Amino acid sequence: MQKAESIKQKVMPSGDTFASSCNACKQCTPLGACIAFKGLEGVLPMLHGSQGCATYIRRYLISHFREPVDIASSNFSEETTIFGGNKNFNTGIDNIITQYHPRVIAIASTCLSETIGEDVQRLIFEYQKTHNAMPDLPVMIFASTPSYQGTHSEGFHEAVFAAVKTLAESSGPVGDHINLFSNMISPEDIRHLKEIVEDFSIPVVLFPDYSDTLDNTSWDSYRRIPDGGTTVDELKKSAQAYASVELGYILNSGGMNGRIKDNGTKQSAGEFLKGKFDVPLVRTGLPIGILESDKFFEALSSISGKEIPMKYQRQRGRLVDLYIDGHKYVSDKRAVIYGEEDLVVALAAFAAEIGIKPVLCASGGESGKLAGTLREVLGSNYYEDMVVGQGMSFERMEEVMQELKPDLMIGNSKGYYIARKMDIPIVRTGFPIHDRLGAQHAHVLGYEGTMILFEQIVNTLLDDKQRKSPIGYKYM
Amino acid sequence: MLWIRYVCVQLNRATVLWTNEKGDTTMIKEVNNSVSVDDLKKFKEEVLHKYPKKVAKKRDKAILLNDPETPPQIQANVRTVPGIITQRGCTYAGCKGVVLGPTRDIINITHGPIGCGFYSWLTRRNQTKPETETDENFMMYCFSTDMQDSNIVFGGEEKLKQAIREAYELFHPKAIAIFSTCPVGLIGDDVHRVARHMKEEIGDGINIFGFSCEGYRGVSQSAGHHIANNGLFKNLIGRDDEKRGDLKYRVNLLGEYNIGGDAFELERVFEKCGINLIATFSGNSTIQKFENAHTADLNMVMCHRSINYVAEMMETAFGIPWIKVQPIGADSTAKMLRKIGQYFGDQELIDKIEEVIADEMVAVTAAREKALKKTNGKKAMLFVGGSRAHHYQNLFEELGMTTLSAGYEFGHRDDYEGRVVIPTIQIDADSRNIEEITVTKDETRYNPRKTEEELKALEAEGMEFNGYEGLMPQMAKGTLVIDDLSHYEMEKLIELYKPDVFCAGIKEKFCVQKMGVPLKQLHSYDYGGPYAGFKGAINFYEDIEMIACTTIWKELKAPWESETYVEAQYAY
Repeated sequence: MQKAESIKQKVMPSGDTFASSCNACKQCTPLGACIAFKGLEGVLPMLHGSQGCATYIRRYLISHFREPVDIASSNFSEETTIFGGNKNFNTGIDNIITQYHPRVIAIASTCLSETIGEDVQRLIFEYQKTHNAMPDLPVMIFASTPSYQGTHSEGFHEAVFAAVKTLAESSGPVGDHINLFSNMISPEDIRHLKEIVEDFSIPVVLFPDYSDTLDNTSWDSYRRIPDGGTTVDELKKSAQAYASVELGYILNSGGMNGRIKDNGTKQSAGEFLKGKFDVPLVRTGLPIGILESDKFFEALSSISGKEIPMKYQRQRGRLVDLYIDGHKYVSDKRAVIYGEEDLVVALAAFAAEIGIKPVLCASGGESGKLAGTLREVLGSNYYEDMVVGQGMSFERMEEVMQELKPDLMIGNSKGYYIARKMDIPIVRTGFPIHDRLGAQHAHVLGYEGTMILFEQIVNTLLDDKQRKSPIGYKYM
Repeated sequence: MLWIRYVCVQLNRATVLWTNEKGDTTMIKEVNNSVSVDDLKKFKEEVLHKYPKKVAKKRDKAILLNDPETPPQIQANVRTVPGIITQRGCTYAGCKGVVLGPTRDIINITHGPIGCGFYSWLTRRNQTKPETETDENFMMYCFSTDMQDSNIVFGGEEKLKQAIREAYELFHPKAIAIFSTCPVGLIGDDVHRVARHMKEEIGDGINIFGFSCEGYRGVSQSAGHHIANNGLFKNLIGRDDEKRGDLKYRVNLLGEYNIGGDAFELERVFEKCGINLIATFSGNSTIQKFENAHTADLNMVMCHRSINYVAEMMETAFGIPWIKVQPIGADSTAKMLRKIGQYFGDQELIDKIEEVIADEMVAVTAAREKALKKTNGKKAMLFVGGSRAHHYQNLFEELGMTTLSAGYEFGHRDDYEGRVVIPTIQIDADSRNIEEITVTKDETRYNPRKTEEELKALEAEGMEFNGYEGLMPQMAKGTLVIDDLSHYEMEKLIELYKPDVFCAGIKEKFCVQKMGVPLKQLHSYDYGGPYAGFKGAINFYEDIEMIACTTIWKELKAPWESETYVEAQYAY
């Protein structure tokens, strides 16, 4: 085990020092794919594998979003496992069509079907061939997501890529719209992104858009497939966009991690469109904090040739003002930031710009790019004593934290037990959040979202201070 | 024209009537429900025609109108049709999540990619209470071998060994259990061999054992329960012969998983009665309690589905009889206690039990009377678990509520029709691939707790040993019994019958509530509980009164959308 000094002085080597994982800081690949697939209009996702995968993933997503999440399964049995999943696949699709009439069936593989080498593309092809006379035959999309490759984050971006690759077709001149491929963000943040592009008056194909499907109103009669989502037609024309904007620097580029042979075939949706249809690609991070949000707004402004709307300039101004009001509460605080790699980068950039020292940046992901991206994005704000941990588990994090003595944790619910043990406050953001209400409404993107997050951090610190103070200040 | 709306409530039937100024009355719609048995018959036709022919044929056998006198044969414990969204989980979930999960001092290592271990990390809300601060408790840890591509190709046994070494170095546990996930079975990692190997390598009296509970193995979690039961018997039960504590009234409680503190409440009740609880399988349990369980004199089976195998095996090997109990609902908790008194036949115990029941029922009766005013006559539906859909009907009965429809996620025919049907259950390929272990009389320790004559005498007094009558005999004639309810069927049930409470789990919760019907989670108790025993019953009365009688559903529509919105002054 490394000593404190050595921990502090270097960026930790790739992965945990343990062979096994104790309290992992990541979920499995198909889970991410299911979230992204829920961003398609009229979709019913199906997992090709054992029914337990669909059940576990459903219960996990439902406890975060507090919405119905229907995911079908091809219910492998021992027999299927030996003789192949062809029959189960076809029955599954038949039943989904008769019960749900979806416009899209989005299929993700699991470790079971990947290990036995199921060729799902072929199964789709054959199903479509034998059913080509069927009216309203749903579109079928397949993402390869064995859970022994990458994390839920890679699964998410793999599904985004798969949908775009399957649907994008060039059938005309360059349009007047852009593509906006977002990241694992909350439904509320998706709505905010839509609002921003709308205020810029830029027509947009935003994918995945689960702002309605995973955060719906109450109904008086049940809708088997909820309204909302990016339509198939929109994705078809993603090839004709005049630019793509991708939020996130790492995306599924770590999808090769754990693979024996990296044959360099991993692409993001934006890279695919650039390679195949020459759609220019602009990549910014998740717009959290002033600097990262500036990049996003400037990108929108420069590709559209339009001014940043006054509304957002005012929001930016108010955010700066808020920073000035609140800086004394956060300055020099030592924070641990954890979650998906792209989220960690964005949160670290935000923390660094408000004077919080990101003493530990940890992720369960192992793209191999976390340390480099952090250094590049944080630039002159980079905190030299920062410990960067990729492929980290919570147990390993706790061990490092005992040395680093942080003041604050920023990340998902799963870190709560460490915060409790060390008696430090935790600000919940990311996935999963199942010990607080409102994960679906967490708003952290843009100047507006940053304001909310900043206030949340300051107030959490103040609350902690008040709670621990023997005096009981009510004026701070 | 001025329309006046009023609601006429008669005999459990509420009707919205509109009256115009001349006094003509029109019925706008019937609200609430008084569902008759005839109405329930409609369900099957409504649902089946949506399915492809083969599926309809299969589902036809799993949807029945009940007859408590002669329960009809139900199709249960057969594979779910692909593409039908099911409530069921997998074999791994039943083995690791349900049966072995609640034991605090075993380190459970999931051998596989990260998902399975992560999703079963404390999600079942099993509680545990270490006796001292220094006692081991590993339940908040999630150990996984986190298999990667290279492990799938070249084998994961070495990584598993390393994981066991690490777990041992970190915690020095008394026992480590290994759980296989789907790919482990496919690539042929032998977890049992690794367990034996590591047991030898570590020494130190450590107990290491593996479970072949790959997710694809069985029909549902039920297969995992069976595998876990076999493992408990082979690796833990009977390893410690020392009789500790009071030598009188020694019992085990089987199939109680301490969700929301249920086991704590039952422990309290037993202690108050002077009954010595040796082991609970497996709520608030430890390895030592399992190892010592065979020193008890009576096994009480609560969740028949998940643990009856252990009860049977302990009877065969050690001569401990078992009875079925249902400590869900105050009356049935009292019934359980009286059965224990009857079994031991000791007047002192019988008197004590009566005293405790009388004492506990004061608060229970007060709470019940309060709730009953609102809940009486309401309707419930229960689709959950392998025994909960049965036991919770007791509580609804106590609240004056009728169960219109019920069914299990992973029950077998014997859980519906009673154990009498076991010899007639067809063994299919899915049951055959679960190991059947042969248990024989333990040569030195077999000791029948009661002689044949004593058992006969008790049976003559009305006690039933090694028996379970199932869910159907308790449900009214003509009610709907549905096995492995699909998502689609659930929507139809709600649409057609609008029950006042629907009981299932979190996967169903938000769909049902979108339809304006409250859902009570009977897996996690909506983060409340306990619901077992006497205090649990009080909690349940309060919670059901609260959710079944809420008026929030009126707000589903904004005033300007509502058909009852009258833009005029009221005039009478």
